[in-house]
Amino acid sequence: MSEMMYREALNRALFEEMRRDPTVFVLGENIGERGGSYQVTAGLLKEFGAVRVMDTPLSEATFTGAAVGAALTGTRPVVDILFVDFTTVCMDAIVNQAAKYEFMSGGQGEVPMVLRTQGGAGNGIAAQHSQSLEAFFYHIPGLKLVMPSTPSDAYGLLVSSIRDNQPTIFLEHKLLYMTKGDVPDEAFNVPLGKADVKKEGDDVTLITYSYMTLKCLEAAELLEKEGISVEVLDLRTLKPLDQEAILASARKTGKVIIVHEACKRGGVGGDIAAMIMEEAYDDLDGPVIRVCGKDTSIPYNLELEKVCIPTVADIIEAVIKIT
Amino acid sequence: MSNKTQKKETAKGKGATKAVSSEILLRMYRNAYATRHFELKCMELYRQGFIRGYLHPYLGEEAIAAGACEALRPEDYIVSTHRGHGHCISKGADLKKMFAEIIGRETGYCKGRGGSMHMFSKENNNLGANGIVGAGIPIGTGAAMGIKVRKSDQVVIVFFSDGAANQGVFPESMNFASAFNLPVIFILENNHYAVSTPVECSFGNCDLACKGPAYGVPGVCVEGNDAVEVYTTTKSAVERASKGEGPTLIEAKTYRHGGHHVNDPGLYMDQELLTQWKAKDPLDILKKKIKNKKKLKMIEEKMDQELDEAVAFAKNSPQPSVDDFLASIPNF
Repeated sequence: MSEMMYREALNRALFEEMRRDPTVFVLGENIGERGGSYQVTAGLLKEFGAVRVMDTPLSEATFTGAAVGAALTGTRPVVDILFVDFTTVCMDAIVNQAAKYEFMSGGQGEVPMVLRTQGGAGNGIAAQHSQSLEAFFYHIPGLKLVMPSTPSDAYGLLVSSIRDNQPTIFLEHKLLYMTKGDVPDEAFNVPLGKADVKKEGDDVTLITYSYMTLKCLEAAELLEKEGISVEVLDLRTLKPLDQEAILASARKTGKVIIVHEACKRGGVGGDIAAMIMEEAYDDLDGPVIRVCGKDTSIPYNLELEKVCIPTVADIIEAVIKIT
Repeated sequence: MSNKTQKKETAKGKGATKAVSSEILLRMYRNAYATRHFELKCMELYRQGFIRGYLHPYLGEEAIAAGACEALRPEDYIVSTHRGHGHCISKGADLKKMFAEIIGRETGYCKGRGGSMHMFSKENNNLGANGIVGAGIPIGTGAAMGIKVRKSDQVVIVFFSDGAANQGVFPESMNFASAFNLPVIFILENNHYAVSTPVECSFGNCDLACKGPAYGVPGVCVEGNDAVEVYTTTKSAVERASKGEGPTLIEAKTYRHGGHHVNDPGLYMDQELLTQWKAKDPLDILKKKIKNKKKLKMIEEKMDQELDEAVAFAKNSPQPSVDDFLASIPNF
């Protein structure tokens, strides 16, 4: 077991998978010599060369579409899009091409590609570089959607995503890259579609993912001191969704709060809440609550930015209200 | 007509006068003839109610696919378009599986999931037609990128239209392919209409081959109705790509013999031009170059029979199972 940063864990997964399989390659803007904005691809160019570590022109629509073509013809591209905000430029390649090719071709054309990108607020980079857009991808049949919160999960899920034969959107959070955690030294993978109980508890369930997992754990620890036992379920992958783990925890505590940074309106929390109520209504003590981002673009000013996304205090307040 | 159309073309098709073997001529004729009559059968099937949705006939453009695919080996890739039956046939597809797909049967290439607009034939390295105009251009570029990663010697032809040439991914992909010297040939089928909008109304410069040189890609303009010219020009481009010298843009000028799709009478089309283009029918042009008329007749007769059998196969094929389809969908 070694302690490493989230970004180092991702880097390790890329190194190991590229060594294991010569058809794995990475492409994106400034990922070669510079190693990417968050150093996730650092060192890859030196070991694997410019054919497998491609610094692309600023043409997201084309290089994402190109990844689909490369994936159709026997390689495993890992596309790097600097910010999830920029995926709007390449939505055709993601939604109409990557997600549908296997289906439209009656199973002939698998698209084993990974699209890595990052989202979230907190760095003062305003409305076009701070969004949480996972609901876009969550809504599209044919895509997998992964949002890890810890270095260990980031490593294990990236390995699984690269080996998976379906297109996977691998959504990181800019505030997680520098966070640290233990990662086993031996190679391993975390299966897609398995949620993880990050903290067990009996009184209330917090269902969350990505950076908000850290906020939920912080809240849970403070609440524990007040005698409230909180379970934190980290979904890790949104598609496939671990319905079983969600329902098990909901039935166990009877009280569910869903926490995500993305806007509440049209967010995945609403969908998960509806599913819980359809499947486990009789086991609930009350309605499923959502603690989510506000329905606004993210402002530049720090104090304004802070009030847009859930805080530890918001989570604690929601828990206290229903316990 | 606007003076935009009068601008000088970038280059003329190279080697158009080079002699090609009778074997090649006959193969191209087989594919062009098969495409022509496949499309006519499809229109019949459409009127009979066997085909739903859209059907975009390749009538009048047959020589482009027949000529270009003749320059490829089976292991090379093509990327097709919504008007893609000719590409699929010329790359060697099974007509039975094509008809079955177009009428939505389980035995079709895509098990009835795709239909005419999403024809895909893995066995022929046809990476598929596309319902999004222009979307195939980066996909083909990416297939060429994959070839480099796999250290293979294959090449890719991307077929697309004048309409697609106004999508941003076209210049982006040419630049991308040029920057990385990718083994891809961009074949721009200029049939003069994006649905109903004429080329001279939607381009500031109607010399479409000239869009290549701006990105370091040689641009060549050919007579798209002449399969031999398309073939020889494509062959040069394939050789260039195989030598690692990068992409080529080929503009093949042609004209649809009808409207955008089967139910579009194409009344907006310039009737005088249409008559002129019909007078240089791609099948007639090719036919004139073939001396062995007996062989031609044999090819036609064999194809007529093959097409009849393929239609019968498709009609007798089972519908996809609704239960199997529903079972394949995740519950939540």
